[in-house]
Formats: sequence, structure tokens, C-alpha cells
Amino acid sequence: MTDAILAVNSPTWGEPDQGAADRLEAALGAGVVERRVEHRGELTLDVPVERLPDVCRHLRDEEGYDLLSSVTGIDYLGYAGEVAGYWGGGADGRDLNRSASAGKRAVPEAPGPKRFAVSVALAKVLTVTDGGHRRLRVRVWVDEGEAVPTLTGVYPSADFHEREAWDMLGIEFAGHPNLRRILMPEDWGGHPQRKDYPLGGEPVQFSDEV
Amino acid sequence: MAATETPRTWPKLDVLRPVPSELHPTTDNPDLLEINLGPNHPSTHGVLRLVTTLDGEVVVGLKCEIGYVHTGIEKNIEQKTYWKAIPYVPRMDYLSFFSGETAFCMAVEKALELEVPRRAEWIRVLFQELARLHSHLIFLGTGSVDLGGIALLFYCFRARDEVLDLFEMVTGQRMHPRYCQVGGVAEDLPKGFEPKCREFIAFMRDQVDQYDELIGANPIWSQRTKGIGVLPPDFALQMGMTGPNLRASGVPYDLRSANGGYGAYREIGYTPVTEQAGDTHARFRVRIEEMRASLDVIEKVLDGIPSGPTISDDRKVVLPPRHELHTSMESLIHHFKLVTEGFTVPAGEVYAPIESARGEFGFHLVSDGGPKPWRVRLRSPSLVLLQSLAALCQGVYLADLIAILASIDPVLGDVDR
Repeated sequence: MTDAILAVNSPTWGEPDQGAADRLEAALGAGVVERRVEHRGELTLDVPVERLPDVCRHLRDEEGYDLLSSVTGIDYLGYAGEVAGYWGGGADGRDLNRSASAGKRAVPEAPGPKRFAVSVALAKVLTVTDGGHRRLRVRVWVDEGEAVPTLTGVYPSADFHEREAWDMLGIEFAGHPNLRRILMPEDWGGHPQRKDYPLGGEPVQFSDEV
Repeated sequence: MAATETPRTWPKLDVLRPVPSELHPTTDNPDLLEINLGPNHPSTHGVLRLVTTLDGEVVVGLKCEIGYVHTGIEKNIEQKTYWKAIPYVPRMDYLSFFSGETAFCMAVEKALELEVPRRAEWIRVLFQELARLHSHLIFLGTGSVDLGGIALLFYCFRARDEVLDLFEMVTGQRMHPRYCQVGGVAEDLPKGFEPKCREFIAFMRDQVDQYDELIGANPIWSQRTKGIGVLPPDFALQMGMTGPNLRASGVPYDLRSANGGYGAYREIGYTPVTEQAGDTHARFRVRIEEMRASLDVIEKVLDGIPSGPTISDDRKVVLPPRHELHTSMESLIHHFKLVTEGFTVPAGEVYAPIESARGEFGFHLVSDGGPKPWRVRLRSPSLVLLQSLAALCQGVYLADLIAILASIDPVLGDVDR
């Protein structure tokens, strides 16, 4: 059966680029990488929010991470705690012999200290011909009302991604030249992808009533 | 053009300047005319509004207003168990629909560390390439209409129908087949598929040669496209371009070959198609050559597809085969549990990109260990490539704006999600 399976089926990130993280710490000081998380071969670096542009500029200029793949906001509100059980729900894996009806399922601790995470996915592209394509994720944590310094000065393509994170999650990007709604109408209230945004029951748009 | 060009020395990205994704007029000339292209205009390829400022016939200001077809798919997926979320996915990039299904299933499989049978991976490659053909055919057809050539549209839509026939034969659906499953594909290829597919390859090769002759030797076509909307490679990277648009600027970045590729591309092999000019003409050329390359890949799949199962046998994730439900109590229980409650995915973040018809198309999946995703974000190539439209259109004629927009090939479902 083993030869019926491919060795790698999912897109490869290459080896986790720990060397880049080491050199980043050497160049910008030991506190710049707060935490390294490796999950499924993907390396995530948690960095202090105010150092984000410096970190990205270093990775771009010294390590060759020339493509900003995406900027993703994630709302971790309500992530830790207990929710209704499901079949097999082990927090850290697939303990699939446990029945769901047993009751509550413990959700793992939130992976970071604050409500919102902003994940910046970077990739090395110009080295692709030498087999040097690598990916790296840089992540910062912010609470409601805290701003993330914009990356548009380092990677201009962060523009639409940051506008989307603002529109959908209400994460503010300080210094962004054009931070306004991108997908929702300009006069929309609230940020729809927040976990506390109501599902259903929102006011009817474009009705005749004034 | 073959992909093995002489290696270039890439410009180092040290002179990054903040590039606006909006273009504002630099003078306050009262004769400037501001017009809305769209949201309902055929040449915008979907519901896109371009707020354009014109000085005579020259574009001096451009702003993309998007969001008209935003349907909250990411939010919807958060409310669905993983396998119920699959049908949402191809409706984003509805021209290269199978890529969406595959990217989502691959992200879930990566988070699960689920092994997929080889035959399923080969079948996925086959349909990803068919979907790419489908997308490029529509690109070519509608793109040529934008440049005033009606004929190609009919040729392309005729060929597109053949692609959809192949989808229908295997999946029962012409578009959005929900054929890709977590763990493999839903069904094996039916009898009679292979000869029909080979017939299609021969037909399609001939067609692509025809398209090439129809526009390649056409002086009007060349004049309308050559030197228009030039995208230098370093600028393309700054603006996050991927896919055929980046390869038309000479960067051989293709996830099918980067680090050896993914899925069955690791075994089949793929060499990226590149062009050097980076103009509208090169973006058309790259896609025509990619259609040929796709046909080669499809032929390789038909020649070398391994036998074996087409879906994983992990019953905690994959629905049991239908016939077992009548004879096996365990299968019935598994089926019931999977349909009502779904399977759980270990907590953590994964990002699995694939090469769709427009570039890097990936799902950023955050799981909390439950049966529904905590957060899904689609890294859609179309959203990113629209950002460079304003810079590309600086100082061009209005008619060239239409040509440039057609050549970068955004799909608005993919932009707005």
C-alpha cells in the first residue's frame, strides 16, 4: 500500500527556514523573534508588532523573500474554552474513538496572547530556478484598538490585503495611505468576519424606509 | 517559447517605492472627464467598476472599485463542516473551478496529514489541467472580443464545450463538479474516458494551432498588444503578481515545478512556460503556450496513470463506499457520523498553495481542532493582480486599458469571494 501513496502530496514549503530566523535575530536583536512555531513543516515567527516592517524589510533585503503572498487577519475571540462536543474531538489530534455525545470538547488554548493575529505570508520567488523556493510566515498579535504598522512601504502589494483585513476584521494599519473598505459598501457598519458579528438579523440594506 | 531560457540576473528589490494601486491625475485641468467603466460592462469581465479619469482619450486616473459580488464565502465556510464547505470553493474562481476544489482539499489533507492514493493525485492533475484549459479558452475568447476580433470567441467556446463534456462524462456536472474530496476524488474514471480524452487532445492541439495562426500573424493584433502595458519583473513581484502574468515578464515561478511541484506533478514533471517581453502580447502568448503544455501534461497522465484506489481508506475522514452501507453496520455508522458531525482537524495553521490558471491560489486554514474551520482565507490571485492595473494603465489610451485588463485576466468571483 505504501507505494500507492505519494511521498509529498501537498505543496511543499521547502525546509523550514530556521536559518533565516537565526540571522534575523542576529541582525535585529534577540527579542525580535518572540516565538517560533512549526506546524506541518510550516515555520511561523511571532514578532513584536512595532518591529513588523523592520523584520519584513530585513527578510526582503537580506534573505530574498521577494513576494508578499498574503496578509491574513484572524480573530481568535472565543477560541479557548469549551464548546459542544463533536465526534472524535481531541484538542491535539484525532482521538477518533471518543464519542461526541460524551459532552464538552476542550478547545486548545489560543495560540497567542491577544485577540487578533495578522499573518504575513512571504515567499522566495527569484531563487526558484535553483530549487531555493521557500516560504515563511511572520505573525503579530494585536488587541482591539491597537494598530499594526503598514507593510505597504516594504511590499506595495500589501495594499489590498490590508484593506481587506480592515474591512473584514477591523484591524487598523497605521500609515496605510488608503485604508478604506474594499469589499463591503462604504457605509457598512461593523466588520463581518469578526467572531462576534451577528449571523443573520442584520438590518435590510437599500430599503425604502428612511 | 521553451522554459529553459538562459538564466537572467534578477534586479534586486532594493529600490522599492510605494506603488499606488490607484492612479490619481496630477493636474487639476477642468477638462478632465471622469467616467465609470462598469460595474455592468462586458469588457470588465465581471462586476468590476473602474473609475477612470480621461484627458481626451488618455487615462490619467484609475481606481478599481470591487466588492459587487462579495458573497461572504470565507465566513460561510466557517459555519460548515469541512466536507460541506467544498461546494462553496469552486464558485469563487468559476473559470478554473477544479483548482479551487483541489486547493481546499489539499489544505485540509495537509492539516490532517492524510495520505492520498497516487491514482487520485494523477486524476487531480488531469482535471486541474482541463480546468486551466477551460479558463485559458475563455480568456482567449473574451480577450479577443475586447480587441475587436469576434471570430476567436466562437472557436474558443466551441472548444470549451468539449472540455465541459469531459467533466460531465466523469463527474456528471459540467461546472463546479465537487469531484475532489478530502482524501482523493469521488469516483474513478469511467470506461471510454481515455479514448475520448485522447480524441480531445488531438482536436485541441489542432485548435490551439489555429488560434495561434489567427492572432499570431495578425498585424492588427500585434499593433494593439505589443509594447502595451509592460510589466517589468521586479515591479510585478512588488505588486504580488503570480501565475501567467509573472511568467510573461520572464520569472519562471510556477508552483507545479517550484521545489519539485506538488501532488502528481512531482512524478509527471513540468517546465514553466515563460516569455520575456512582459507586455500584453506576451501575456497572451504565455497562455497559448500553456494550453499546449497542459495538453502535454494531460497526455502524460493518460499514458502513465497508476492503477489503484482513488480515495483514501481512512474511514474516519472519507465516506465509505455506497455499496457497503447495505451490508456493514460500521460503514453505516461512519457514514452517519461523517454526514452529521464531520471529521475533526488538529488545531493549527496551514497554507497550501497550488497553481491555478491565474497564479498562486491557496487556502490559509486555521483549525481549532473541531469539525469546522476556525478561519479560512483564500489567497486569490485575481485580487492581487488587480492592484497593478492602475500602474499599468498610466498614460495609455482608453482602448488599451481594455486590452490590458483582458490580458491580466481577473475573475471577479475570485476577487470578491
